[in-house]
Amino acid sequence: MIYRKAGIRFICVQIEQVHLKSLELLEFKNVEATKLDFSSKINCFTGLNGSGKTNLMDAIYYLSFCKSFLNPTDAHSVRHGEKHCMIQGLYDLNKKTERISISIRKGQKKIVRRNKKDYEKLVDHIGLLPLVLVSPTDVNLISEGSAERRKYLDGILSQFDSKFLAHLVQYGRSLTQRNALLKYFAAERHFDRDSIEVWDKALLEHGLPIHEKRSELCAQILPYFQEYYKRISGEREEVGLEYKSGLDETSFEDLLENHLDRDLALRYTSQGIHRDDLQFSIGGHPIRRFGSQGQQKSYLLALKLAQFAYLKEGRKRDPILLLDDLFDKLDSGRIKNLLELLNGTEFGQVFISDTDHARLKGLLDGIEAEVQYFSVEDGKVEKI
Amino acid sequence: MESSSKYLQNAVDALSSLPGIGRKTAMRLALHILNRSEEEVADFANAVAEMKAHIQFCKKCFNLSDGELCAVCSSPKRDRNMLCVVEDIRDIIAIEATHQYFGRYHVLGGVISPMDGIGPSDLHIEELLVRVKDENITEILMALSTTLEGDTTSYYLSKRLSEFGITLTTIARGVSVGDNLEYADEITLGKSIVHRVPYETSINSQN
Ligand SMILES: [Zn+2]
Repeated sequence: MIYRKAGIRFICVQIEQVHLKSLELLEFKNVEATKLDFSSKINCFTGLNGSGKTNLMDAIYYLSFCKSFLNPTDAHSVRHGEKHCMIQGLYDLNKKTERISISIRKGQKKIVRRNKKDYEKLVDHIGLLPLVLVSPTDVNLISEGSAERRKYLDGILSQFDSKFLAHLVQYGRSLTQRNALLKYFAAERHFDRDSIEVWDKALLEHGLPIHEKRSELCAQILPYFQEYYKRISGEREEVGLEYKSGLDETSFEDLLENHLDRDLALRYTSQGIHRDDLQFSIGGHPIRRFGSQGQQKSYLLALKLAQFAYLKEGRKRDPILLLDDLFDKLDSGRIKNLLELLNGTEFGQVFISDTDHARLKGLLDGIEAEVQYFSVEDGKVEKI
Repeated sequence: MESSSKYLQNAVDALSSLPGIGRKTAMRLALHILNRSEEEVADFANAVAEMKAHIQFCKKCFNLSDGELCAVCSSPKRDRNMLCVVEDIRDIIAIEATHQYFGRYHVLGGVISPMDGIGPSDLHIEELLVRVKDENITEILMALSTTLEGDTTSYYLSKRLSEFGITLTTIARGVSVGDNLEYADEITLGKSIVHRVPYETSINSQN
């Protein structure tokens, strides 16, 4: 927020506190009807795999993003044999209570309510309750192809900026149109410069802002990321995060122009921001090949925490942090470092899930923050 | 829904082939028609048949027309130096309803979309260029939808028309016309025609 007062410019950055006070679930996946009260700092769900602890994480994720991080279809979130499920969360948002409820009925549109008022468009809700999820599937960011990493960047940016999302959609469509035209030219043995140029222009119009926003995002999170990596791993080894684009060296216009013959032969568009990648490195080498499993885990964790810092700075609001089943692959030294970090004031409310209650409790013993434990067994959740 | 009459069944089949008409509605309409006088029904059937038999496309602008030239093209009151380029006939109906446009039209018959197999040669673009040359046109208002394909088609036209040195305008962007002119309300659309902007400015102000 920027105030102008008597000619002096004050910049006032106040971070709003957000935490989930209680969660109520009805027929949600395998979880038995329950109402849980949470600590405003650290909450732990422990139970065996398949017990339902990840489903609790998913319910909290739902309340922020109106969708599951596990199932693409809402109907799969309804308990087997039931027609309807409900997720309700009471939040403390800057000392004000917000009631968010999601109601899913098989075969109907889901309804999301804020303080008993239905949202007309679900996108209007996204961003109200910022959230960062750390899950075992994060490893795909390292192991999978560049599409996964672009999706990650675009996902963060889309949450902030509906204009960015619009550019992304239009870019994708322009690309489909240009590729269709390239195929047509090949099939008809015909070429028409004006026809291809109009799609080049559309790619430029929507691609340049995407390139700019992605570059900005990477530059902004890099210092946080490097700092967090050091603090979690305790290593001195430098980690890198670099956005690589064909547009870094050559203008997009020239790229398209220079590769036109090639594109005509390939029948698709070989250059553009749809080919960009994010390079993950450790000590100057690709982490995928040169990082140990522990280093890769720390790397991803630091990345997610940097995303947290970025979100917090942009939204001026504390995101909720979900750490799903993460402890398995980190050694206890790193876990201790992480917990000390999370205990600090930079982080707000945290939810952790693990299979081993005794281990988790042992690690959290030295932490002064308020910790609330829940055991999960066959969908039954109990406060310990 | 089986009925006792083959004739009724045929009428229901015909009516339900129309868009937005289900079998129940078709049955209701058929029974309603059945209750009208013979003369009324003959007029009704005739109106539909005559429409199909006599309506043609205006050979200048491709609007619907009862003769070679449509009512707009043959009207002496319309500005002969100005053209409004639209996607299809529904856009003309929407713009005419505003009573704010006094030039003539040119119907493209769609927008460029390679994935749907529509290229510039599938639209009435060459005919437009001929008109610009022959009819002493000074301004063209491009009123295409604000979709990616609509924008791209406007840009394509602007390139093809640049050699003629005429004024190119477009519907004011600030006044949202939505995806389709058909759905824009009359007052908003009327205002955006009055406050149309030069085409170049509209491109630069988008970002
Ligand atoms: Zn005409």
